Amino acid sequence: MRIKVDNDKCQGHNRCITVAQELFDLDEYGYSHEKQDGAVPKELEEKARLAVANCPERAIKIVSD
Amino acid sequence: MTTEPIKDWATDYDIFDPEYIKDPYPVWDELRGKCPIAHTERWGSSWMPTKHADVYAIAQDVEHFSSANPLVVPVVPPEGFEQTGDDQRFLGVGAPPISSDGYEHTWTRRLLLPPFSLKSMEKWIPVTRAHCRSLIDGFIENGRADAAADYAQQIPPYVIAKMLGIPSEMSGTFTQWVQEFLEFGLQNFAMASEARNKILTFLWQQITEKKKNPGDDLISYLVQADVDGEPVPDQHVLGTCFLLLVAGIDTTWSSIGSALWHLAQHPEDRARLVAEPELMDTGVEELLRAYAPVTMARVLTEDYEYNGCKMAAGDKVLMSFPAANRDPERFKDPDKVIIDRAENPHIAFGAGIHRCAGSNLARMEMRVALQEWLARIPDFRLEDPENVTWAGGQVRGPRSMPVVFG
Repeated sequence: MRIKVDNDKCQGHNRCITVAQELFDLDEYGYSHEKQDGAVPKELEEKARLAVANCPERAIKIVSD
Repeated sequence: MTTEPIKDWATDYDIFDPEYIKDPYPVWDELRGKCPIAHTERWGSSWMPTKHADVYAIAQDVEHFSSANPLVVPVVPPEGFEQTGDDQRFLGVGAPPISSDGYEHTWTRRLLLPPFSLKSMEKWIPVTRAHCRSLIDGFIENGRADAAADYAQQIPPYVIAKMLGIPSEMSGTFTQWVQEFLEFGLQNFAMASEARNKILTFLWQQITEKKKNPGDDLISYLVQADVDGEPVPDQHVLGTCFLLLVAGIDTTWSSIGSALWHLAQHPEDRARLVAEPELMDTGVEELLRAYAPVTMARVLTEDYEYNGCKMAAGDKVLMSFPAANRDPERFKDPDKVIIDRAENPHIAFGAGIHRCAGSNLARMEMRVALQEWLARIPDFRLEDPENVTWAGGQVRGPRSMPVVFG
C-alpha cells in the first residue's frame, strides 16, 4: 500500500498526523505530506485507512504500488 | 430586526429563535428531508445549507462565495447613529484572514499558521493545565459549580491573553467585550460598535507598546514579521489581533461547555473517558462533531444558481458546519455520540481555505479542560436541565450550566 496527500486539497486540519503519525509529516504551516515515498508497512495499513477516512478534505488517497 | 413567529423554516428561518438555539437538530433534520438549502429574508437575503455535501462544496468555491463578511446580520448603522472619532479611526480595520479573500487571505493566513501549529501548541499545554486546575480548586469544595460560567468560559480568554502577551487579569473584560460584540451585538449595532472600538483601542495600545518593547508573544511576532521583505501594515496587525481575541474566546468556550453538558448527562461516556484516557482524542473529535458551535457566513460575489437555488449577488450563505456534521449521508448514526468513533471527518472547524486557523489551540484547550475536569470531578450531573441557558446565532453553546458533583 502507498498513500499520497493532495497538496491542493490539504488545509492543515492535522487529523492524519494524529491518527497515523508514523505516516505523515507537517510543514511549518501545518500542511501535511506523506513520509518519504508514501509506502505503508503492512502493520500500518489500518492506520493509513483511518487517516484517509478522517480527512475532512478528502485529501489523502491510497494509490496502488 | 424581525421578531415575528416563523412561518416555515424552509423559507423563513431564524437562527435567533430561542427554541432553535436550545435544540436546532430537529429543524435541520426536517430541512434535509424537504428543502436542504433553506432561505430567509430576516437579515437581508440569506441561505442555509444543511447537508454536508452542500456546505462542503460551498466552502470550496471561494470564487462565488466570498468571506468579506463572516457575520450574517448586515453591519448597517441604524437611523440616527452618529459615528464617533473611534468609529472613523478604525473604519477600515478588518479581521484578516477570516474576512479576506484571494492574495490577502494567503499571506495573512501564512503569517498566522506557524504560531498556531500543532507543535507550537505544546508550550501552552502546561499553562492551560495549571489554569484549569486552579479554576477547579476554586469551586471543588462547594460540591457544585456553573460549568459554563465558572469553568468553560474562563479558559480560552486566559490562554489567548497569555499567547498575545497581554495581562491575563483582563480575561473577564475580554469576555465581556467579545460578548458585546459577537453575542448581543449581532442584534444591537451600537453595542457592537462600541465594543469593537474598546477592543481595537486596547489592542492598539498593546501594539504600540510591543513595538517599543517586543517580547516573546504573538503581538510582538506580528509587529516584527515581514512579508515579501515588507513589514506587516499596522492596520493588518490590528485586524489580526482583533480576530485572535474575538474568534478564540466564545467559540472554544462553547465547545468545552457543550462537551461538559453532554458528559453531565451521559455517565457511560464519562466512565469510559476516565477508564480509557487514550479515548480522549476520538472523544474530543466526536464532541466537536456533535456539538460544533460555529456557523460562519459567506457573501455571494455575483448572481449564481447553486443546486437549484437562485442566489443573488450580496446574498449571505450561513455555513452550517453543525448541521453538516449531523448529516446521515456523511455520518453513520449522526445523532449518537460515540466516544470512540473511528471514522469522523467532521467539519466543525470549517473546510476549504478558511479552515479555522486556531483549530489546534481549540482542540488542546478542550482536551486539557476535559482531562482536568474528569480527573477531579469524574461524577457530576446537571442541577436542572431546564435551567441551562444557551447562546445562539452564529456561535452556539451553554452560557449558564449549574452542575452538582458526586
